[in-house]
Amino acid sequence: MPDLLTVSGLTLAYPGGTRALDGVDLRLGEGEFLSLVGPSGCGKSTLLRIIAGLLAPTSGTLSWGRRPGRGGIGFVFQEPTLMPWARVAANVRLPLDLAGVPQAEADARVAEQLARVGLFEFESAFPRELSGGMRMRVALARALVTKPALLLLDEPFAALDEITRFKLNDDLLALWRAEGFTAVFVTHSVFESVYLSSRVAIMSARPGRVVADIPIPLAHPRTAALRTQADYGALCRDVSAALARAMGQEAA
Amino acid sequence: MVAGRIARALVPLALGAAVLGFWEWAVRAWEVPPFVLPPPSSIATALASDWRILADSTWLTLTITLQAFCLAVVSGVALAMLFAQSRLLAAALYPYAVVLQVTPIVAIAPLVIIWVGYERVNLALLILAWVVAFFPILSNTTLGLAAVDPNLRDLFRLYGASRWQVVWRLQFPSALPYILAGMKVSGGLALIGAVVAEFVAGSGTASGLAWRIIESGNRLNIPRLFAALFLLAALGVMIFALLSWVQKRLLGRWHESEVGRP
Repeated sequence: MPDLLTVSGLTLAYPGGTRALDGVDLRLGEGEFLSLVGPSGCGKSTLLRIIAGLLAPTSGTLSWGRRPGRGGIGFVFQEPTLMPWARVAANVRLPLDLAGVPQAEADARVAEQLARVGLFEFESAFPRELSGGMRMRVALARALVTKPALLLLDEPFAALDEITRFKLNDDLLALWRAEGFTAVFVTHSVFESVYLSSRVAIMSARPGRVVADIPIPLAHPRTAALRTQADYGALCRDVSAALARAMGQEAA
Repeated sequence: MVAGRIARALVPLALGAAVLGFWEWAVRAWEVPPFVLPPPSSIATALASDWRILADSTWLTLTITLQAFCLAVVSGVALAMLFAQSRLLAAALYPYAVVLQVTPIVAIAPLVIIWVGYERVNLALLILAWVVAFFPILSNTTLGLAAVDPNLRDLFRLYGASRWQVVWRLQFPSALPYILAGMKVSGGLALIGAVVAEFVAGSGTASGLAWRIIESGNRLNIPRLFAALFLLAALGVMIFALLSWVQKRLLGRWHESEVGRP
């Protein structure tokens, strides 16, 4: 698996001197599904923003195998972050509009992407008319409409109920398998990270650092039945133990 | 539903009719002199017989009010957007906008009228009405532009949006509910500004509704004074209703403030 991105020695210090990240090393293979797990405040979101180019690190480097161009990175926030004044289709079309993609082509791609997240018949609804899970699907469609090489997700399902979250987990996995993007998924749920990922990176509490890197060799397709399987349970135990060690290090 | 809506419309009308009826009866029963409080019937008569003069005055006041209001909206929104582009500019100019706002219009009116000149008094009225109407638009738009969802702002950055795209596709629509709320306040203030300025100008150089009120008061033609007052109130209500309608049309389905209202 060729590397898409290698992060080395990444540090982010705020003007007051507090360090959010302290020497993060991480490599990201093309087509991987990597979850970042860590206690709250460990800088997971900060790391994601640096990768997206929304934040500049104090020191350290990001070296890209193939640098994604405009629209090459999709981002899904913790909230759906839709434009309330725009209909669903216009929300999904935003990245294409900003890039000046011709109207007809943009419309076709929006229709295709909405069909993939199962919201085709809601294209002319306004965000407030949708449920929380549906809004998150719109956000997913918007992030994927540019066919990004890298999709960054910042605890996207944390605010949803468990039934909706499980459904969206399956949908996200199906999209990942169908479209072949690389995903970095920030979560504080061990179970969610193991279910989704091909690899889980554990971060220590602030200042954040990657302290463990656990491959998840579970086969695809993964379904609800996996959640009760022994190998899934064993991996969850491993990740939990690594997380506990990461937090213990902090306390010592 | 429909019955409820009709009732809601009828109740205030019925109340108004009752008050007018009592007014008419009370003035006659207690023999109140007409120069203190004329009965509604003689106000209606004055409205009909002096219609030409009153209509001309109403038209003048309306024109000045609407011009001032439109100028206020355009300049207020434009300046707020300029402020949003440059913190330095905002820091430099905002205090002066506040000074303009907190200085009572009555106090600066004579100066403005002298500068512009009595021969162009309508222009002076326009300027004064604009000064009053301008600030709510500026402050509300500034507030609205600052209320942009920071994650949406990041999203626009991620997709390499140009400054113009950020202004028109993100900042302006985010601020729209605030701008419309400011417009409702400003529409009423433009009318007040036009009237107050005319009161200060006085002495028949301007001939809007405010002058009709001064003139009628001086001549103790109280029914006509009431007729002019009635027209002023009607103008104010009309402006408010029009702006509420615009607000409903523009925010309709997407903004919490308008969703689910009858």
